Amino acid sequence: MTVHSFQEHFDAKIDNEVMIEPRDWMPDDYRKTLIRQISQHAHSEIVGMLPEGNWITRAPSLRRKAVLLAKVQDEGGHGLYLYSAAETLGITRDEMYDQLHTGKAKYSSIFNYPSLTWADMGAIGWLVDGAAIMNQVPLCRTSYGPYARAMVRVCKEESFHQRQGFEIMMTLANGTDVQKKMAQDALNRWWWPSIMMFGPSDADSPHTAQSMRWRIKRFTNDELRQKFIDVTVEQAKLIGLTVPDPDLKWNEERGHYDFGPINWDEFWNVVKGNGPCNKERLEARKKAWENGAWVRDAAMAHAEKRKARKENKEVKAA
Amino acid sequence: MTQQEALFKYTLRLGDNALILSQRLSEWCSNAPFIEEDLALTNFALDMIGRAQVLLRYAGEVEGKEKSEDILAFRRSERQYYNNQIAEQPNGDFACTMVRQLFISAFELYLFTELQKSKDATIAAVAAKTLKEVRYHLAHAEDWIIRLGNGTTESHNRVQQAVNDLWMFTGEQFEMDETDNLLIAEGIAADLHALQPLWSNYIENILSKATIKTPQDAYMQTGSRKGIHTEHLGHLLSDMQYLQRAYPDAIW
Repeated sequence: MTVHSFQEHFDAKIDNEVMIEPRDWMPDDYRKTLIRQISQHAHSEIVGMLPEGNWITRAPSLRRKAVLLAKVQDEGGHGLYLYSAAETLGITRDEMYDQLHTGKAKYSSIFNYPSLTWADMGAIGWLVDGAAIMNQVPLCRTSYGPYARAMVRVCKEESFHQRQGFEIMMTLANGTDVQKKMAQDALNRWWWPSIMMFGPSDADSPHTAQSMRWRIKRFTNDELRQKFIDVTVEQAKLIGLTVPDPDLKWNEERGHYDFGPINWDEFWNVVKGNGPCNKERLEARKKAWENGAWVRDAAMAHAEKRKARKENKEVKAA
Repeated sequence: MTQQEALFKYTLRLGDNALILSQRLSEWCSNAPFIEEDLALTNFALDMIGRAQVLLRYAGEVEGKEKSEDILAFRRSERQYYNNQIAEQPNGDFACTMVRQLFISAFELYLFTELQKSKDATIAAVAAKTLKEVRYHLAHAEDWIIRLGNGTTESHNRVQQAVNDLWMFTGEQFEMDETDNLLIAEGIAADLHALQPLWSNYIENILSKATIKTPQDAYMQTGSRKGIHTEHLGHLLSDMQYLQRAYPDAIW
């Protein structure tokens, strides 16, 4: 087959919704786009453990502590599935870590915001995981098999987290005055960053057209954002909290909520590394990695010694 | 001391050990040498919270003053906590955490094997469940001690240092007072003196496999039976309890 026919074969598979698998031929740019997207997704899971991990030791009841621990553990597990999915495309985990630690690879901008009160655990679960689910459910049908299958597992757990987050918010919103204020304040701080999780508007999203053609993406950023707002505003009403957007208004004609302008300056600043916690988050990851170097070295040295001993035995036995 | 008082204190002791170590292990979240270890350590922390929940709930029932497990966990001060001092020791480096885990999990293996036979149905049931978890914690700690002990010079030295530093906290696990004696007579508690030689053999064996020297028995720290702790516990509790203390009327 010529390269041309490889390409045609690939395009036909995409058009017929046949999953692309690791051993299949794929265009270089498709491979690169997926490596970028899946590894950034994996990094987001890992960096995302930090703002929530921040509250594990301070969780206000044993049940909340257990649930939060289990959740953060799930995030770590998601990171592992996603690193494995990315590795099927020919990049190693160490290379991906290196890209994260040097700032070459990005992670979701949302995790550069600080978790300041216990209510943030509710807001993150409800809004951040909620937005993640909107993004990820369509990815369960994305064209690359290993990514799609990882997302099926991830989405099941994420929806569970989202409900738990909402339950924290509901408990606070029905609680004492201080708790209600805490919940509203968390919603005020996390609302816009969550809206920004869907990425730049379609007009400013250079990768969208190609990713849609490859069926890596199934909906545009703006479509998903609108869907998220429509669902979440209703949930906020249900527990008596106010969404911090004076322009928010139901549009009968469109059948959607209209919403106010997004602060894209802030978005691009956070993406470029100038958010409130960019530096801390990256430092925390680097520190864990560097402090663990001697442990990884020891594990390698021990494995080498065992291997040598085993070979020695086999030589003697022969 | 009545049997009820003894059982209350004994159950608190078991619950506090689980809770405080859980709190320490959860501090590893996102700080471990690699993600698999992040998951393993937080997994153990989660097992221990589960154990603490059941035991503290039961302690509340035994006491009969309508204190929930959360009231017992979040509203007692450091002089009312009865965990062994070894559980509250700081994480230190990964070797230190693994050595602490080895010392405690090996103790728990023998303790809960005995407590499975307890005439107190709740304690026996907790012991049976805990034992499955403890075997897993112990296998993990043991693997790491052997791996690090036989890894590089640096990892070997770090394990040896941790063993030397934590050794003085190991004796307290086997201390007994009238609480124990009263409950042993009733077939409820375990005779810790009988467990000590088993523990010592086990630890010596693992350390020797790891080419680590077992320290000579010297002065052992004591106090937790009376609610006397190291300076570390106060900080741990301030962090853990602050929300409950700041907003005592709130339900979370």
